Amino acid sequence: MSHDIKTALNQGLVSCHSCHLLSRSAGPDAIMTCPRCGTRLHRRKPNSIKRTWALVVAAFIFYIPANVLPITIVVSLGQAQSDTIMSGVIYFIHSGMWPIALVIFVASIFVPVLKLIILVFLLITVQRKSRWRPKDRTRLYRITEVVGRWSMVDIFVVTILVALVKLGGLASIQAQSGAVFFCAVVVITLFAAMSFDPRLIWDTEESLNE
Amino acid sequence: MSSLIACHDCDLIQRLPHISDTGTVQCIRCGAVLHQKKRNSIERTLALTMAGLVLFAVANSFPFLAFKLEAQVRQTTLLTGIEELYAQGMPELSLIVLLTTVLVPLAQMLCMLYILVPLKLKKIPRGLPRVFRFVHHLAPWSMMEVFMLGILVSVVKLAKMAKIVPGVALFSFLALIFVMAAMTASLDSHLIWEKWENRR
Repeated sequence: MSHDIKTALNQGLVSCHSCHLLSRSAGPDAIMTCPRCGTRLHRRKPNSIKRTWALVVAAFIFYIPANVLPITIVVSLGQAQSDTIMSGVIYFIHSGMWPIALVIFVASIFVPVLKLIILVFLLITVQRKSRWRPKDRTRLYRITEVVGRWSMVDIFVVTILVALVKLGGLASIQAQSGAVFFCAVVVITLFAAMSFDPRLIWDTEESLNE
Repeated sequence: MSSLIACHDCDLIQRLPHISDTGTVQCIRCGAVLHQKKRNSIERTLALTMAGLVLFAVANSFPFLAFKLEAQVRQTTLLTGIEELYAQGMPELSLIVLLTTVLVPLAQMLCMLYILVPLKLKKIPRGLPRVFRFVHHLAPWSMMEVFMLGILVSVVKLAKMAKIVPGVALFSFLALIFVMAAMTASLDSHLIWEKWENRR
């Protein structure tokens, strides 16, 4: 890396995260608003590491009841059967619907875990001031930003099943508490990805060049 | 001065090249998309927003899906599932689904209309920065395309059990997803901020 890398931070500038206007920073602790659009300016997202850790830990905790507790209960002709996320996947495999089983498995089980593992990895590497492949780590961050929303698919499936299967005593489906925990995991991981500041990955790069 | 920009992902300062027509500028260090210049951005986005609002009205007022089992038919709209979750004592779930599939997309379109109609008429809407910032905050919470995948999964799941009949609203909802994606893609944020900056 060359020695003349200019970033907003080392040039004493702040970039507005909403309109991207560059302003001169009035000092590290100064409270500033963007002269163009009025947004509060921060050189980096405030308390990014702490907030992201807290949300990641919360998501890990909620992930357990989300997978252990049933998300739906099907009542058909007096018989009740409850389903967890995993039992739904297994049901699809047994009925030979591989593509659907894969969609649910990837969206509901694989993606949340992947997202949390990536965030933990990014947090640890940033805290240890790692210089390992900043560009690839930024790419990993973008994956967590893009992919997280698709985990909501199971919640929407529950919503649609609950709406459609309501035929009096013949058959009905009810949402269960597992769905609430699962929804919480998805929402919390979305907030976690938002609170992480990818510029922290690059800050180490510059501090070593000085 | 305004052509200098700091990358939002890696903070590198670079000069935005002048693009006369259409094109995308990426950060030279980390590859983040810094600017997307679009042809007739305001007109296109406005047209798509209006189309989106019409489709939204249809998607929310006509039958969405029907479920036929023997002699029984269950007709549903887009909101049925949300009401049903609420009735089953799941207000949190109901609220999240309502927000992500109905309220957030509606708010996005209404805000865009509020910003773009005056801009098209060469006026500056009141409180533009606040409204435009709000649109950016809404974006991650609009999940209609994920809902569509949910419909697909549910239909496959129920297909063995009963007959599923798609309604008009389902097709408008599908069209709405594409229209909203096009709306987001045709929006040139820099242009809006420039108009605001040069308002006097």
